[in-house]
Amino acid sequence: MAQAGMGSTQQYNYEIIRKFAFMALVWGVLGMGAGVYIASELAWPFLNFDIPQITFGRLRPVHTTLVIFGFGGSALFATSYYIVQRTCQTRLYSDWMANFTFWGWQSAIALGVVGYMMGYTQSREYAEFEWPVDLIILVTWVVYFTVYVQTLRRRSQPHIYVANWFFIAFLLVIALLHIFNNLAVPVGLFSIKSYSLFSGVQDAMTQWWYGHNAVGFFLTAAFLGMMYYFVPKQAGRPVYSYRLSIVHFWALSFLYMWVGAHHLHWTALPDWTSTLAATFSIMLLLPSWGGMINGIMTLSGAWDRLRTDPIMLFLITALSFYGMSTFEGPLMSLKSVNALSHYTDWTVGHVHSGALGWVAMVTFGSFYHMIPRLYDTRLYSTRLVYAHFWLATIGIVLYITSMWVAGIFQGLMLRSFDDYGNLAYTFVETVAFLHSPYMVRAIGGMFFLTGILVMCWNVYMTIRNARAEAAALEAKLAAKMARI
Amino acid sequence: MPEWLLWFTRFENTKVFALVLFFVTFCGILLYVYTGKSRTERLESYRFIPLDDDDSDLDAGDGEVKQR
Repeated sequence: MAQAGMGSTQQYNYEIIRKFAFMALVWGVLGMGAGVYIASELAWPFLNFDIPQITFGRLRPVHTTLVIFGFGGSALFATSYYIVQRTCQTRLYSDWMANFTFWGWQSAIALGVVGYMMGYTQSREYAEFEWPVDLIILVTWVVYFTVYVQTLRRRSQPHIYVANWFFIAFLLVIALLHIFNNLAVPVGLFSIKSYSLFSGVQDAMTQWWYGHNAVGFFLTAAFLGMMYYFVPKQAGRPVYSYRLSIVHFWALSFLYMWVGAHHLHWTALPDWTSTLAATFSIMLLLPSWGGMINGIMTLSGAWDRLRTDPIMLFLITALSFYGMSTFEGPLMSLKSVNALSHYTDWTVGHVHSGALGWVAMVTFGSFYHMIPRLYDTRLYSTRLVYAHFWLATIGIVLYITSMWVAGIFQGLMLRSFDDYGNLAYTFVETVAFLHSPYMVRAIGGMFFLTGILVMCWNVYMTIRNARAEAAALEAKLAAKMARI
Repeated sequence: MPEWLLWFTRFENTKVFALVLFFVTFCGILLYVYTGKSRTERLESYRFIPLDDDDSDLDAGDGEVKQR
């Protein structure tokens, strides 16, 4: 650790990673808090209080933006900067450019969410930012790409480790998606409002080409990069098969690009297009499970670590949820299943089994591994990590099971007919049915939110102890020097 | 537009073309990755890169402040 610890101020740029990790936790708490609040609004609508800024419609993009881009995005900046330096054994290229990415990204998130609450949105799912914020993101992303690639070029290792391949795919594809999905004509130079360059079904297809690839490359490929570094590192053993990771990378990168149209089954989109998307979605099961098996089997021969290491528990549970949600996704992309599941809460449950179970859990595990190393110290409490793990797991289970019940029953009720061919249930009857699952979902969210609050306390105490240690060490050194 | 480019504008051609192209590429990647003894050894040696830059075990420490 000497090399990566005290000496690391010269060898590695850890300051930028600390900043991004800190903001990931801040946005995580705010975003998950907003999620719990809007889940509660659906269960107890009086919580809207007739205040436009906090109604469900405005807070929902605040929640998704904060958790995906604020929490997930900042976590990816932090871990990618950590991984690229550690696997290339070189310092990050250009400190000021790395700092620029920090301020660019954080200002885009802050401006975006304040704007949503004030009613400024371009109404594209997971891309609600208006055009000025889109431009900030674009510039930030180009700088991020430059920093990353230049760091790779300065590497001491002859080979680029596979985790970096996933990050490069993430950087390239997100740039492509962001540019094309946000092609728009501003109403005026000084107007925040703009209109999409696409219209009708082309607009819908562009949005879901973006939407599902954001899932594929932001929430999957990049977090797989995180997994390919932190799972072997925490396990203290190399990844199960490097060759499998190569096949995983190429198959996943190729197949994901085609599946977006499965969000538009039974719409004005040509039938062949959504059939093609469903076909690719089914094929995607193979690389997804290949990657999951590769990650989990890294622990082969050392399964006892799961009994003693809560960080490993986070990482392996994350991989299990990755496997589960990548099985559920292809299932839901089948037209017959989609006819039931679409426009119901089953979709919401599916998204959260991936977002909470995979994305958040792998981030928590990686942060518990990385943060003590950034400060050259030990984690304040492993018991609190266990507490966090169980709070998060119970929260996810409550969330996804309640949404399965809500979604499947909602779908069945909406398609039920009586003997005369009339709808068996009115819409409001389905809404009344949803009340109980919505309450359970809100409680599940509260568990998960409590978990991240426990983590924040643990991280705060870890950093405080690290600073106390460093101050004590400095005082000791000063005393020694004075004696000399 | 040249005649040979027009060929690509017809779906009955491009669908099969794309299928063959991508399937052959994928098979090529599989063959490259899973054949050749020395290549296998070289590729699998890259597994150890994250462990090359190893550090001491800092995981434990329930409530304790690490003593230097």
